[in-house]
Amino acid sequence: MTPPWWRNRRVVPWLVQAVVGLLVLLLIAFLLGNLIRNLTAAGLLLSWRWLQQPAGFDISESVIPFNAQLPYWRALAAGLVNTIRAVLVGLVGATLLGTLVGMASFSHNGLLRRLARVYVEVVRNIPLLLQLVFWYFVVFLTLPNGLAAIQLPGVVLAKSGLYIAGFGEGLRWMGPTLVNGVWQAPLRLSVEFGALLTGLIVYSGAFIAEVVRGGIAAVPKGQWEAASSLGLGWFATLRRIVLPQSLRVIVPGLNTQYISLAKNSSLAVAVGYTDLYSVAETTLNQTGRAVEVILVLLAAYLTLDLLISALMNGLNHLVQIRER
Amino acid sequence: MFRTRTRSLVVSLCAAGLLAGCAGDDGGVQSQKLSTIMGRGKLICGVEGKLPGFSFVGPDGKYLGLDVDVCKAVAAAVLGDPAKVEYRDLNSSERFAALASGEVDLLSRNTTMTLSRDASGGNGLSFAPTTFYDGQGVLVPVASGIKDLKGLAGKPICVESGTTTELNLADRMREQNIPYTPLKFQTSDQTFAAYLGDRCVAVTSDRSQLAGKRTSFPKPDAHTLLPVVMSKEPLTPATTNADPAWADAVRWIVYGLMQAEESGITQANVDAKLAEAKTNTNQADLRRFLGVEGDFGKLLGLPPDFVVKAVKAVGNYGEIFDRNVGPASALKLDRGLNRQWKDGGLIYSPPFR
Repeated sequence: MTPPWWRNRRVVPWLVQAVVGLLVLLLIAFLLGNLIRNLTAAGLLLSWRWLQQPAGFDISESVIPFNAQLPYWRALAAGLVNTIRAVLVGLVGATLLGTLVGMASFSHNGLLRRLARVYVEVVRNIPLLLQLVFWYFVVFLTLPNGLAAIQLPGVVLAKSGLYIAGFGEGLRWMGPTLVNGVWQAPLRLSVEFGALLTGLIVYSGAFIAEVVRGGIAAVPKGQWEAASSLGLGWFATLRRIVLPQSLRVIVPGLNTQYISLAKNSSLAVAVGYTDLYSVAETTLNQTGRAVEVILVLLAAYLTLDLLISALMNGLNHLVQIRER
Repeated sequence: MFRTRTRSLVVSLCAAGLLAGCAGDDGGVQSQKLSTIMGRGKLICGVEGKLPGFSFVGPDGKYLGLDVDVCKAVAAAVLGDPAKVEYRDLNSSERFAALASGEVDLLSRNTTMTLSRDASGGNGLSFAPTTFYDGQGVLVPVASGIKDLKGLAGKPICVESGTTTELNLADRMREQNIPYTPLKFQTSDQTFAAYLGDRCVAVTSDRSQLAGKRTSFPKPDAHTLLPVVMSKEPLTPATTNADPAWADAVRWIVYGLMQAEESGITQANVDAKLAEAKTNTNQADLRRFLGVEGDFGKLLGLPPDFVVKAVKAVGNYGEIFDRNVGPASALKLDRGLNRQWKDGGLIYSPPFR
């Protein structure tokens, strides 16, 4: 005898799924409908024409050319490129620092080991915003300026930024020069960028150090002993035996840290670096298009994070132990 | 259980201002906002919070300033008590969202009235009368020797992001073809910290704001305002378009402060004037203005003597100006354009009629 449909083991689970799915859809529809209703009531229907209007504001530093007559979408693009620049350099820096510190916490040198612990504990427990403000206002803005700037061959570090020699106009080699009290050089990194980068690297580095430490600790002790009995030294053991095996533990944790770093870069506005968030904020204020601008922000950060995640998942796939 | 949860969710969403429409329709002229404020028993006023002369926290922990006095006047007129205000510090990027979402009832925060902010297609604000006519200026260290905008060529200039000043700066510099680097910060504190940290050679903002901030510098005399006025900055309290009756109430409370000065009614003599109006039936203007006769208060959804309450709380417009930014303050700003219209200024209340 077949049971009635409401007790059928093939129908019921399917039905429950369908009902839950429907409820979720209804909730989304309700929220969207409500948004549109309220926007209509406030006379603020979604519109994207503002993207084409001249932005009217300047950006202090931009990888892609920008001026105030260019439209808002160019301003947002310039901000996005600035964000990507900070995130990419930040990822590399934080990974290097985090790996070194993570390795140091297994060092035979007690001082090094303790230094690594102190760094991780101190940095992890101070809010990033506070650290950024510290790096910018306390460290970078107290650098000397003008002739008193720190001058090394081909490099000048001043309050306004880091100036590096390079090929200037007409492919002529140019060193940093002081013109009317302002330093100039082919390559210039602003202190705002420097402060953001330092803050991101030092902060994320501490978390990555913990991820790396956990990964190394996860490798069985026997591996160290076996390597040691083969005559390998501490560093060689770590580099050739332990680290490769720890990657499968490290990579997923690293993924999370990378995503956090990308999102944390939006704190740039506190130290005057013109990132996507900063440009979006000005745009929102000038256009009054809060919902649209927030949508752009959401889409941009989501895409960035999903991209990082996809790359890291690919890497994860590579380092996993393959069972034969 | 499920139902109460849903309801508390909806209520909290309402409270968060996410569902602006859920308060329901309010027929007629009755203001939803006014009844909300009266029911709550306090006015939530958005202010800048860190700007001497306009809105800042004094040594005794209480809010002070011209913008704060507007909040107090409105609270006194609506609730009968100038102390019934909850202040909310808002930076220039938060302010409009806070107002639109209903997080604050009133924005009294050195905000410039502009077309795009007023228009329904823009920020959808409803501006009260301008309480301070200002212009954008530039502050530089005296030691820099800079005398005009040209002197800023190629130099970094600090500016608060999301302000009209950011756009004016771009416009003026482009007109005169002067290259410069804008350094933008989210709050005025950060902006001025970067300026004082010598990261930029100049900081630009409303002239009154620069004068106010300068009083809190370690060495106020080491900084000077350039003799340039880059723009018109009518600093104006604002509400939203969503509740015209509430916007009207705020508008006429502020006009009341201005009219009180014109009529010679001060914090000190308002009681005497009221007594005079009550006995002397010939002074129809005064009687209407102070709510002895007529229904001006009722038309706005306010108590009949709302002007008396406001003036008693903070004084008339001239007194507010003098106390906070004028001769009796550390800012010592000239009344300038902010004189009464009879004295050649722009302060002008339409008739209370």
